[in-house]
Amino acid sequence: MAETRSTCPYCGVGCGVIIEHDERQIISVRGDEQHPANLGRLCTKGSTLHLTATPALTRQTRLLQPMRRLQRGAAPQAVGWDAALDHAADRLAAIHAQHGPDAIGVYVSGQLLTEDYYVFNKLVKGLLGSNHIDTNSRLCMSSAVAGYKATLGADAPPCSYEDLAHAQTVFITGSNMAWAHPVLFRRLEDARRANPAQRWIVADPRRTETADAADLYLALRPGSDVALYHGLLHLLLQEGLTLPDYIAAHTAGFDALKQRVAAFTPEHTAELTGLRIEDLRTAARWFGSSPATLSLYCQGLNQSSSGTAKNAALINLHLACGQIGKPGAGPFSLTGQPNAMGGREVGGLANLLSAHRDLANPAHRAEVAALWGVPEVPGKPGLTAVEMFQAAADGQIKALWIACTNPAQSLPDQATVQRALQRAEFVIVQEAFSTTATAAFADLLLPATTWGEKDGTVTNSERRISRTHAALPPAGAARHDWDIAADVARRLAARIAPERVAMFDYRTPEQVWCEHRESTRGRDLDITGLSYAMLEAQGPQQWPLPEGAMAGRVRLYEDGVFPTPDGRAQFADVAYMPLAEPCDDAYPFGLLTGRLRDQWHGMSRTGQLGRLFGHDGLPSVEVHPADLARLGVAEGELLRVRSRRGNVVLSARGSERMAPGQVFIAMHWGGEVLGGVAAGGVNALTSPAFCPRSKQPELKHAAVAIEPVALPWRLTAMAWLPEGEAATLRELIKPAMAAFGYACLLPFGREPDAHGRSGLLLRAGATGRVSEAVLAPLRAAFGVDGPQAISYLDPERGQHRAVRVRANEAGAEQLDAFWLVGDAGADLHGDLRGDARSDVRSDARGDAKSEAWLRSLLESDAALPNPARQLLMPGVLAGQQMAPISPQVCTCFNVNEAVIRQQLEGLEGSPDHRLTQLQAALKCGTNCGSCLPALRSLVKCVEVRVAVAAVG
Amino acid sequence: MGMCWKRAVDEVREFLGPSSNGSAMKKLQLVMIGNGMAGVRTLEELLKTAPDLYDITVFGAEPHPNYNRIMLSPVLAGEQTIDEIVLNPLHWYARHGITLHLGKAVVRIDRARRVVVAADGTEAHYDRLLIATGSTPFVPPLPGRELEGVISYRDIADTEAMIDAARTHRHAVVIGGGVLGLEAANGLRQRGMSVTVVHLAAWLMDRQLDRTAGGLLARTLGERGLSFALVSQTAELLASPQGRVRAVRLQDGRELPADLVVMAAGIRPNTALAEAAGLLCQRGIVVTDTLQSVTDARIYAVGECAAHRGVAYGLVAPLYEQGQVCATHLAEHGLGRYTGSQVSTKLKVTGIDLFSAGDFMGGEGCEELLLNDLRSGVYKKLVLRGNRLVGACLYGDTHDGPWYLDLIRSGRPVAALRDGLIFGQAACESLAALAAPAGNTPATSTFTPRRPALQGA
Repeated sequence: MAETRSTCPYCGVGCGVIIEHDERQIISVRGDEQHPANLGRLCTKGSTLHLTATPALTRQTRLLQPMRRLQRGAAPQAVGWDAALDHAADRLAAIHAQHGPDAIGVYVSGQLLTEDYYVFNKLVKGLLGSNHIDTNSRLCMSSAVAGYKATLGADAPPCSYEDLAHAQTVFITGSNMAWAHPVLFRRLEDARRANPAQRWIVADPRRTETADAADLYLALRPGSDVALYHGLLHLLLQEGLTLPDYIAAHTAGFDALKQRVAAFTPEHTAELTGLRIEDLRTAARWFGSSPATLSLYCQGLNQSSSGTAKNAALINLHLACGQIGKPGAGPFSLTGQPNAMGGREVGGLANLLSAHRDLANPAHRAEVAALWGVPEVPGKPGLTAVEMFQAAADGQIKALWIACTNPAQSLPDQATVQRALQRAEFVIVQEAFSTTATAAFADLLLPATTWGEKDGTVTNSERRISRTHAALPPAGAARHDWDIAADVARRLAARIAPERVAMFDYRTPEQVWCEHRESTRGRDLDITGLSYAMLEAQGPQQWPLPEGAMAGRVRLYEDGVFPTPDGRAQFADVAYMPLAEPCDDAYPFGLLTGRLRDQWHGMSRTGQLGRLFGHDGLPSVEVHPADLARLGVAEGELLRVRSRRGNVVLSARGSERMAPGQVFIAMHWGGEVLGGVAAGGVNALTSPAFCPRSKQPELKHAAVAIEPVALPWRLTAMAWLPEGEAATLRELIKPAMAAFGYACLLPFGREPDAHGRSGLLLRAGATGRVSEAVLAPLRAAFGVDGPQAISYLDPERGQHRAVRVRANEAGAEQLDAFWLVGDAGADLHGDLRGDARSDVRSDARGDAKSEAWLRSLLESDAALPNPARQLLMPGVLAGQQMAPISPQVCTCFNVNEAVIRQQLEGLEGSPDHRLTQLQAALKCGTNCGSCLPALRSLVKCVEVRVAVAAVG
Repeated sequence: MGMCWKRAVDEVREFLGPSSNGSAMKKLQLVMIGNGMAGVRTLEELLKTAPDLYDITVFGAEPHPNYNRIMLSPVLAGEQTIDEIVLNPLHWYARHGITLHLGKAVVRIDRARRVVVAADGTEAHYDRLLIATGSTPFVPPLPGRELEGVISYRDIADTEAMIDAARTHRHAVVIGGGVLGLEAANGLRQRGMSVTVVHLAAWLMDRQLDRTAGGLLARTLGERGLSFALVSQTAELLASPQGRVRAVRLQDGRELPADLVVMAAGIRPNTALAEAAGLLCQRGIVVTDTLQSVTDARIYAVGECAAHRGVAYGLVAPLYEQGQVCATHLAEHGLGRYTGSQVSTKLKVTGIDLFSAGDFMGGEGCEELLLNDLRSGVYKKLVLRGNRLVGACLYGDTHDGPWYLDLIRSGRPVAALRDGLIFGQAACESLAALAAPAGNTPATSTFTPRRPALQGA
C-alpha cells in the first residue's frame, strides 16, 4: 500500500489530499493534515474522490483511447495516438492555411494544471498566432480578475485563509460558501467559535445555508449589489467610518466616487436593494467600525453583466475603510475552480499574457515574445468564451479544440452553443470522461489523464501553489493534457512553422513549469524563488516568492503600495446597472442559479456517484410557495421554465429561501441528466449577456416564465445494476431521453456498495403513450422485462408496473428494480365514465405513493411483503404502514432529517451542547462537516420534548 | 311464513291434477336413469324438502354407488382410494328407501306407458323421470382405436385399467391436453409411466386457459416429467404383433411409443336413450329453466346430458345448481328458475392451482388486466367489458377465483375497484375503505422532495 500527496480537483479552496493506493487502483482518500488549505479536512465531494476513480467506473466512463468520429452522430472509432494527432494537426493546419488563425478557437479549463495551461497558451499565442484561447474561468473568475485589476492594479487576491481567524467582521456576499467552499466554511465556523465576537453579514437574494448562519442577513434584490455597496459607502461616509488618512495616502479617485455615492442615500439604496434601512446601517457599522473586515465573495458578484463593477464597488469599501493589507481584512475572492488561479498566472485567457501581463501593452508582448523566442505575439484580443462559441455558431470559427471542460453543459444559451458545435468543421474534445455532453459533438476525442493520474501544480484562492501528484499511471491510453497539447503543437508547427517545433520540446511537467517560472520574474506573482523541489520539501507555497525569498507572502499590500503605475489603489467610480434581462410581463420570474452541496460544476465526476445525489436527487426548480399556489401547482408537479432562449421541464419544489417572483435551479442540471425534447439543461435558459469589461456572462440571472406542463404519461424506473455495467447502461439510455417531454436520468445509491451494485433512476413524462420501440429497450436496461420480472399491466389505462426481486444470501427477497408507468390522461381516451373519473385522478397520487414506497424498499434493501407481487398493488394501498421518506442531511453517515429531529427532541442544553450530543449519538456532521449548517438550523428549530417523552 | 308456504304448496299440488290429488297414501313414482353426481345431488336436495313425496328408483350402469367422479384423478395418481371417493354408500340409498339397480343400463324409455326398461328386462314405472346419464368420452375415429391398451377416461373401470397398465407397461400417450387428459397424464406419470400428451392446440387446456397460463402449466407439468406434443394431431394407432397398441403415429410422421393410449379428446352428452324416446336433443337433452325436457314435462334432465339454453355443462358446480332447481320442481314447490351458470375450471392435479371463468380470452370490446409473476409461477388475467368483469384466468394463485366468479355472475360494476381488482378481494376492500373517507382530495405531489425543509419550525 502506498500513499501519494495530491490535491482535490474540485473547488478553489485547493485542499490537499492523501491518496492511498496499491499502484493499480486507488483505495481511499483523506485530507492532508499538513496542507495549509484544509489541515486534514475534506468535504462530501473531496472525501468521496476515490469512489469516482474505481476500476469499474474508470472502465465505463473514462475516455481510454483516442477516437475518431467519421460521421457526426455516429459512434466514434478507436484510432492510434499517432493517427489521431496527425489528423488533428492536418485539420488544424488546413483550416489555419485556408481561413487564417482567427478560424481556430481553443477553449480550456480552470481544472487544467498550470503546466497544461501554459502549453495551450503558448500553442495559441506563440504558434497559431491568435489570442483565441479562453477558458471556463471566463464563466467563473474573470470579473474578479477585472475587479482586482481595476482597483488594486493586479489580479491578486490580497488575503490568506488564516485571515478568516483574524477577522472581526466577515462580509459574505454573492457566495454560498457553506455549500460551494465547505472546508473554508468549516474554518470560518472555527474562527467564530474561537472568537464569538466575530460577526457575519451575508448578502444574497437566496437565504442559503450560509445565510442561515449569518448574524445579519441582507436579502438583496438580484443584481442590486453595486447599489448595496454604494449605499454602504454612503453610510460609511455619513457615519465617519471611512479612513481619510488611508484614502489620502494610498488611493486615487475617491472624489469622483464620493460624488457618485452621494445619490445612494439609505432611502434610495433601500428602494433599489429591497433592504431595510436599519439593516443597511447595521451592515455599514459592522463593516466600518470593525478592527478587521474581511469580504468573501464569489459567483454572485462575478457571473453578472456588471460583474467587474460589483467586484470593484466592493473593493472600494475596503479601500475607503483601510480594510486591506492587515490581518483579517481585505476583499477575498473565492475561486470556483481548483486552478483558475494558475490559468490566470500563465495568461491562459483571450485578453491576458503570461504572468499577469497585458495584451494591450507592447512592452509586455515583447517580453513574452522574447521568452518564447518568437518575433512577436499577437496584440489583438481573442474571442472570450461566449464570443468564441457565438463566432463558431456564426461560422467564423471553423475549428474548436475543447480541453477539460464541458461547454455543452456549462455555457449559457445552449441553443447557440450546440449550433456552434454542430457548425464548426472540426471539433476536438480532449477529455478524461467519455460521458460529457460535449463529447457527443466531437470529431476527434483525445483521452486525457485526470485526478489521481495528473502531475504538476495548481494554485488555490489564497495564491498557494501545490503539487499535484500522480498515484496511478494514466488510465488506458490517456496522456497528460500538457503532453497532448505539446505533441499536437510539434506536429502542427511542422506543418505551418517548422522553426517553432522546438518551442514545444517538453518531456516533463517540471520543464514546462520552469519556463513558466521564468516568465514571472519581476512580476507581481514572481515565483523565481520557488521550485518543484521546494514544493516537495516544504509543502505548498504562496506567491509571490521571488528569488532569495524563503517563503511566500501571506498578505499583499501591507505597505499600502499597489501594483499600479503610481503605486496607489484606484477607486472605481462605477455606475449601478440593472440586470441585463429584467423581468417583464412575458417573463415575470427571475431565475437564479447556484450550486448544490454535494455536486460540483457539470457533474462529469460527482455525477457518477449515487451517494452524492443523496442530499438532492431530483432536478427541480425552487419556487416560492405563494407563487406555486398562484400557479395552482403542487409540490413535485412538473413545470416548464421558459426563457427567451429555451425551455426546460423539471419538478416544482416549494421553497421560501427566495422572495416571491424568484425561482432557483441548480447550475449542475445539464443535458446529461435532464432531458426531454427540450434538452440542454438549465443553461438552455441562461443569458449570454456579459459584463463589458470582464466578458463574464450573467449566468446568475435570467428572466423566465414558468407554467404547469401537461405530461399525463409518467414513468419512474429505478434499479440496482451491477456496478460494472450501470454507467454503461446509463450512457445507452441517455439518447432515449429525447423521446420524452421530460426526462431525468441519475444514479443513486451509496458507494461503495457491499453487493457491488450501482443504482440508476429514470423519470420521464410525455403527452401521450410512448411507443414500445422506446420503452422495450429501457425495460431491458432496467432488467424489468422477461420472466424474472413481476409485472402488472392495464394496457387500456396505460398502467404498467413491474418489479424485479432477488433473494439475498439469507434467502430473503429484496427489491432490485421497479418500473412504474401510469397515464393519468387515460380517462380522456378510455371508455371509463362517471364514477370512475375521480378514481382516475386519485391514481396520480397513488403512483407517487407507490414510487415512494418502492424507492424506500429498494434503497434500504428492506424485507419485502410476501408474495412480492403485492409490491404492484395500487399506489394508495402501497406500503400503508410506511413512514414518509425523510431528506438526507449527512451524506457521510447517511443520516436523515427525521432521525435527527427525533434525537434532538430528547437532547437538552445549550445549542452547542445539543449539537455535540447529537453528533455523538448519530455521527452526523462528524466527518466532512458539510452538513453542520443544516444541523445547527435543526438544533435551533427542534424543541426539546424530554418531558413529553417521559410522560408518554 | 311457514303457513303461507304450506298453502302455496297445496295450491300447486291441486293444480297438478289427478296423479297428485288422488290418494295421499299412494306415493308418486320417481325414476332416475344414471347414478352420478348430478342426479344423486338432485335426489339429496329433493329428500331434504320432500322426503315422502316419491317412491324413488335409480338405475346405474356402473356397479358402484354414486362416487365423486372428479376425484378419479387423485385415485389414479395414488393419492386416494375408490372407497374414499364414494359419496353415497349403499346404506344411504337404503336409508332413504331408494330402489337401486346397480350395473343395469337402461335401454329404453316407453313414454306412453311411462316405463323405463333396463338391459336385463327390469322395468320401472314413473310419474316423473329424471335423466342424468352424463356424458360419454368422444373417441376420434382413428385407425387402431379398437386395439388393446386403448381406453378412454370416464369411470372407475377406466381408472382401474390405467392403474393396471401402469404396473405392467412403460409408455403412455394421452390424446387430448384438456382437463381430463392432463389429469390422466399426471396420474400415469405418478404411477411411473413415461407420458406424452398429444394436443391439437398451441397450448394446453386451450378451452380453459389462455396461452400464457397454458405455457405455465406446460412448464410445471414438464418439470414433473410429462412430455408434450403440441399442435399435433394423431394419425393412427399402431399395433404390436400381439395386437396391443405399440405406438402413436402423428400426422407429421413422428411415432411416439405407447403401451397405453388414453383418449381424452372431449366428451359428448349421453343422449342416445333420450333421442330414441323422441325427446328433443341438441347437444344435449333440451331443457327449460325448470330442467324439464321441452318435449315431455314429466321428464327432467340434469347434468352433462342436459342442454340448457344451448349449453351442456361439464363441470360440477352448474350441475349442482341445476340439481337444486330441479329438486324444487320435483318437490312440487315450483320455486326457482335455472338461468344458466358462470362456470369456472380447476385442475385436479396436486400442487397446480389454476382457475378460469367466463370470457377469459377477451377480444373485441374487452379490456385486459394482467399480472405476471412467472418466477413464482403466478399469472392472472382479468377481462373486462365496459365496467364489468366478464372473465378471469388465474394460474398459481387462485385464492380469489370464487370472488371473481361472483363478480362475473353478479355483473357488478368494477370500475371503482379496477386498480385493485387483480390483487383480489382484500385489496379491493382496503381500496374501498380508503376511498370512503379520502373523498376528493386533489391530486398532489408525484414525488417526495429530498431536501431538508428547515423552514417553518
